[in-house]
Amino acid sequence: MNALPEINEIRPPLVAAEAPSPAASAAQRAHARPWSWKALLIPVATAVAAVLHWQLSKQQNPLATKVYFQFLGIVGGASVLIALLQPFWNALRKWVNNMGPIIAAALLLLSVAEIITAGLHLLPLPYFPSPASVLFELISDYDVLFDCTWHSLLLLTEGYLLGVLIGVVTGVCIGWFPGARYWGMPILKVVGPIPVTALIPLSMVVAPSTTISAISLVALAVWFPVTMLTASGISNTRASYLDVARTLGASRSYLIFRVAIPAAMPNIFIGLFMGLGTSFLTLVVAETVGVKSGLGWYVGWAQGWAEYGKVYAALIIMAAFFSTVMTVLFKARDRVLVWQKGAIKW
Amino acid sequence: MTAPTATVEGSSLRVCGVSKQFASPTDPTACTQALDNVSLEVTAGELVSIVGPSGCGKSTLLRLIAGLDKPGLGELWVGEEPIVGPSAERGLVFQDPNLFPWLTVRRNIESGLVARGVLRDKRHEVDEYMRLVGLDAFAGAFPHHLSGGMAQRAALARALINHPKVLLLDEPLGALDAFTRMRMQDEVLRLWESRGTTMVFITHDIDEAIYMSDRIVIMTPRPGRIERIIDVTLDRPRERSSREFLQLRGDILEYLHFGHAVR
Repeated sequence: MNALPEINEIRPPLVAAEAPSPAASAAQRAHARPWSWKALLIPVATAVAAVLHWQLSKQQNPLATKVYFQFLGIVGGASVLIALLQPFWNALRKWVNNMGPIIAAALLLLSVAEIITAGLHLLPLPYFPSPASVLFELISDYDVLFDCTWHSLLLLTEGYLLGVLIGVVTGVCIGWFPGARYWGMPILKVVGPIPVTALIPLSMVVAPSTTISAISLVALAVWFPVTMLTASGISNTRASYLDVARTLGASRSYLIFRVAIPAAMPNIFIGLFMGLGTSFLTLVVAETVGVKSGLGWYVGWAQGWAEYGKVYAALIIMAAFFSTVMTVLFKARDRVLVWQKGAIKW
Repeated sequence: MTAPTATVEGSSLRVCGVSKQFASPTDPTACTQALDNVSLEVTAGELVSIVGPSGCGKSTLLRLIAGLDKPGLGELWVGEEPIVGPSAERGLVFQDPNLFPWLTVRRNIESGLVARGVLRDKRHEVDEYMRLVGLDAFAGAFPHHLSGGMAQRAALARALINHPKVLLLDEPLGALDAFTRMRMQDEVLRLWESRGTTMVFITHDIDEAIYMSDRIVIMTPRPGRIERIIDVTLDRPRERSSREFLQLRGDILEYLHFGHAVR
């Protein structure tokens, strides 16, 4: 597999082999526009998937086949358009040169899945439907799925932001004030490590509604890592930064808000990432057992009806949803921590 | 010996019978006597350097003057005011520039004004200070893009923008290469001469001490004491290889017991 993200552009062999005068070579380059052969991988993979599906379509739901062909048609059409446009559009060429092999491989993986499920029937139905029927469920049930995603997003955002807000405040207090550290640390050490999902029965009794219980569970799951990492970041602020600030005439609020918190930012972001991971888990579990909406609920509901196509459809949405949220947090991190030298890439 | 300057921004500094003990990190019942009955008077606008082997308490003395630590015994005064805590009138520059890595060079230099809440009135001075230390082209750069000398110049500008009455320098040039160091010595002298800030300058480098200071304080360790104070009466600018310079250098090495080769 050629998955290296380098830019190899095919140049006319003339330019590479001989070394003509600069003017001539410039003219030739202008004539033969740069072109990435990797743009062809996607149309080829689409064609392979389409031919395969055509061969196997007789045994499948004709509606699903129609949807799958439409999907392949859109992907194939777009990829041909990209292959034609890329000589004239540098950003597009870079993108397709980078993403072409990956997307083609994903399409081929779909074909392999189709051979295994619809072709050879190697896996038992109804647990392993073919890609076409998963796509069909995704399209035909899109309104419910959209509604569920929206509810999950609301719940996640509310719970996460609440947890982060409380976590940063408690973390700063525990990290800065010795008194807060003395009383807060034991609570943090005892309550923090309890898996939040174990508190679900309790939260359902205590909270006035299932939504509030789900939000507070997500918030609690986020609160612990954010508090822990914020507190350690604040208390590990380099003493010399604080000394310098003091000799510059800094007040205590300057020391906390302009020195300790910025210095702790890399740590705080580690807490935010850890909290985001546990918030996904808590969200799905809370939706499954408590709130009767959201993607977690949808998975359980579809499984109850043995509609595994819907289960996979929801998993696809979850993957896209959670990785988008993760990307947003990484972008925010890159914005806030521009001053850091090397940072982990997402 | 006073500073050859027209305007004197600096204040005098008095250290009276100061002692400081630290608990030993290994044995909690034992104490290390970092400073033992140290007294020192610095006149306004004077540049005094402190030399001595490590462990002689010179950094401790500087932290006491900065107000970051409190003495066990004795008193410290700036002008007519006793030192009770850190203040913007006593700037401090460390060997590590300690620029705030999350701020750009410009924001670092501004930070003293922000800390005192006077940025709005004095914003125009920031450009002046960046020009003063030759960093105006790097205003938007983050500290990790700077070389050691540039970072130390930014740290100097950050300390100077508050117009400190006393500037404390704890081996500020120790981490720089020899050529950058000599250039920076001239820059510090230029700033000192133009403003008349009182400076207390810790160094390991005897040449640096002779080249820059009005007086050299020699300290000895365990317990940290002032061994003697030497007036440097050479005319400025000083010639690093003049006979008097080398003579003085030999004397100081003698006082520090490095005068003779091992026989």
